Amino acid sequence: MSNITPEVIAQHGIKPDEYQRILEIMGREPNLTELGIFSVMWSEHCSYKSSKKWLKTLPTTAPWVICGPGENAGIIDIGDNQAIVFKMESHNHPSFIEPYQGAATGVGGILRDVFTMGARPIANMNALRFGDPSNPKTRHLVAGVVAGIGGYGNCVGVPTVGGETNFHKSYNGNILVNAMTVGLADKDNIFYSAAAGVGNPVVYFGSKTGRDGIHGATMASAEFDEKSEEKRPTVQVGDPFTEKLLIEACLELMATDAIVAIQDMGAAGLTSSSFEMASKGGLGIEMDLDSVPMREEGMTAYEIMLSESQERMLMILKPGKEDVARAIMDKWELDFAVIGVLTDTGRMVLKRHGQVVADLPIDPLAQASPEYDRPWVAPAKPPVVLAEDVPAQCPIEALKTLLACPDLASKRWIYQQYDHMVMGDTVQRPGGDAAVVRIHGTPKAVAITTDCTPRYCQADPHEGGRQAVAEAYRNLSATGAVPLAVTDNLNFGNPEKPEIMGQIVEAIRGMGEACRDLDFPVVSGNVSLYNETQGTAIQPTPAIGAVGLLDDVSRHTTIAFKDAGNAIVLLGETKGWLGASLYLREICHREDGAPPPVALHRERRKGELVRQLIQDGLVSACHDVSDGGILVAVAEMAMASEGLIGAALDHPSTLPLHAWCFGEDQGRYILEVRQDDLVSVLEEAQEHDVGARVIGTTGGHVISIGGRAATVEDLKAANEGWMPKYMGNEMSGH
Amino acid sequence: MKAAVIVFPGSNCDRDVAVALEASMGAKPLMVWHRDTELPQVDLIAVPGGFSYGDYLRCGAMAAHSPIMREVKARAEAGVRVLGICNGFQVLTEAGLLPGVLMRNSGLKFICRDVHLRVEDSETDFCRQYQCGEVVRFPIAHAEGNFFADDETFRAIEGNGQVAFRYCTPDGGFDPAANPNGSLGNVAGIYNEKRNVLGLMPHPERLAEDLLGGSDGKRMFDSLVEALS
Repeated sequence: MSNITPEVIAQHGIKPDEYQRILEIMGREPNLTELGIFSVMWSEHCSYKSSKKWLKTLPTTAPWVICGPGENAGIIDIGDNQAIVFKMESHNHPSFIEPYQGAATGVGGILRDVFTMGARPIANMNALRFGDPSNPKTRHLVAGVVAGIGGYGNCVGVPTVGGETNFHKSYNGNILVNAMTVGLADKDNIFYSAAAGVGNPVVYFGSKTGRDGIHGATMASAEFDEKSEEKRPTVQVGDPFTEKLLIEACLELMATDAIVAIQDMGAAGLTSSSFEMASKGGLGIEMDLDSVPMREEGMTAYEIMLSESQERMLMILKPGKEDVARAIMDKWELDFAVIGVLTDTGRMVLKRHGQVVADLPIDPLAQASPEYDRPWVAPAKPPVVLAEDVPAQCPIEALKTLLACPDLASKRWIYQQYDHMVMGDTVQRPGGDAAVVRIHGTPKAVAITTDCTPRYCQADPHEGGRQAVAEAYRNLSATGAVPLAVTDNLNFGNPEKPEIMGQIVEAIRGMGEACRDLDFPVVSGNVSLYNETQGTAIQPTPAIGAVGLLDDVSRHTTIAFKDAGNAIVLLGETKGWLGASLYLREICHREDGAPPPVALHRERRKGELVRQLIQDGLVSACHDVSDGGILVAVAEMAMASEGLIGAALDHPSTLPLHAWCFGEDQGRYILEVRQDDLVSVLEEAQEHDVGARVIGTTGGHVISIGGRAATVEDLKAANEGWMPKYMGNEMSGH
Repeated sequence: MKAAVIVFPGSNCDRDVAVALEASMGAKPLMVWHRDTELPQVDLIAVPGGFSYGDYLRCGAMAAHSPIMREVKARAEAGVRVLGICNGFQVLTEAGLLPGVLMRNSGLKFICRDVHLRVEDSETDFCRQYQCGEVVRFPIAHAEGNFFADDETFRAIEGNGQVAFRYCTPDGGFDPAANPNGSLGNVAGIYNEKRNVLGLMPHPERLAEDLLGGSDGKRMFDSLVEALS
């Protein structure tokens, strides 16, 4: 009697129509190992089967793009035979179940994606979304995730230089942990994953294989229910020390001429790495699973192939290079084993104890995985909220409330637990618009940011998708860096629901428009769906990670005011847009209205202007205007300054004061300009056809507007106070 | 001056300290792998920060028993200058080259930020370019930097003037808020009795260049070059 019953098929997350397809591909009933392999390869996590159709619409090319989506990470050219390799990836489901290990292994996985390609990781970022602070689980999850990210990143010695953190009740049952790594490679020494050379050895190295993480990719492709806690055994355990050794060993081996192709074992472990390498090379593999270094006795073929044990790599070596590779792995005390050979059969043949235990065609699994055109409905556009219909509050009182609200409160409590200075090239530390990391030994630097405003995406995913990309563009420009490319991490609910699928389609459409208009291609990314618990989905969260280049790092700009008596100049138009604003949510307790529209054609011009002004040395501080509007942006510049320099602001009487202060109109920057340079700046703005006006002067130690004022010290106390108070004595999660 | 940087598996500030040394020395220090049993003739041995052997046992405990440390101990006893930073300080205490231990931070968390330090002795080869009592700014980045010693040992450390740096406020005061990790006596760094070995938790090599936010740390490396060249 067959042991592949409908129940077993369903437990593997395989739908009946997908099983029919498996029978056609195999020409027979699969055995359990083969079924397990199909289930992970065709999971949403590995196959992108719901999103593929739409991801293809994103722009992915530019003259400076060396490698777009489809490899382990994206690669861009930064001149001088140097390349930046980067990607962002989610570890949402495991981090909710076991926050420390879930987040830690998320960092480990994304680091491997980058150094696998021949790059030394030079910076980590993370974009985190947690539930309502009052939710009883939130504090524990924050503590565990932050400790996990720090515990891993600090030990491997890659600086964690920034990120973003939001809180909202829609994440109560599904937190988001999106980790990004940026690496530096020599352009002429990049490694890809396509296998080549029939007869070449297939080599395993790194940690041993255990029973941890079996079916992690399948778990990440399902909704949570009240039994999700039972999935704890599918969360992997990270070993950052081994990862550090793996980085050094890989880079040392890559400096020799031994490797044909290399790939890390990420989600779906040995299965996905071997299938992907073989498929990309159009070859077959024969593997003897007895040779796989194992941590436990008695592991079955099924367990070996589906294990998600961490810190493991697979590579194809050139003939006769085994000894060179083995010597390097010995030096770094890592396991090393030849486990198979490349064949020309196009099939994956697996042996265990001398018997063939699986024999599968590679391409139908890896490339011909299901692709769905799921039904979708476009979300209704919410009405525009008029400023007159929003109650006015004293601007200074509202400012204090906003600066202390969970989304805007200082995240120092988080980033102080991350080593953000190791490697000695962190020029702008966390807390500004973007991190700035010098390219070691050169005058160049990269600026790095992560951005997304989920409440805009909830209100209008199309506009929200545009805004996320535009804000990343602004944050890079505000440091003086030329924005080069984007990695995306698309987090949504269950795509089988047409309204969720509509959010996915619209957000991708918006992102695509912005990336095209801003010449800001998507070079890598990751999709995380099924972020739902008991039918409630997260706010759509297409997180954008982006990288820009500074040719001369000495010309970078920070958000901090530098001196008293300087002009404060606002670039861009202010109409007082309060729909979907933070003011509306935090002060008026309303989450309605259309989000502010992004004018992409003007966005680019403004970015160019800002970068030109910074390049010319005409700007002493620069900050984009985002959450909370003008008054929050000015307060942030004051709080970041040495000596807590204040600002006296004037507002134009044509707009209600609260709308001017807190409206979130897009495409705006605030500049600090020395009085001597003011005429030049205003002229330059006019030449670029960008609206610019002086809105105040720096000086003193208070922020004043409309006859009201608060000391910068008080504002800073409010801004810095929330998070430590909230976290109280919560112990780290480990 | 000739210098060597010891590299353990899991060291991750080895390059950083080498860069800072090179900037002051004008030449690259030698990088010495932990399995080596021979150490070239050098004037300074730096034991860098990081997570040697993952710090899976006590911090620095495994590294203290690695082959190269026998040689480092012998040189230290012969008077060669040894500088241990962060994990390097932990290794030197585990190896018995410095008194006391580094325990888990009192707040139980990893802390990465700049701190202010008071220079307690400017007569040594490590600190001759500082003023005694001067306040300097170095970053810390550790979870186990809480210095502790038993009463007798601590009295001896204080009595011999072995404290090199103490955590302080920006104007040199010692209020408890200026102590980031609960260290006894606000101790951030100590010498051995002969003052040829210095261990400190803060990272001078991380603020040795204005572009990175300050250069107070550079004077430690400049001091060593001045003293040992």
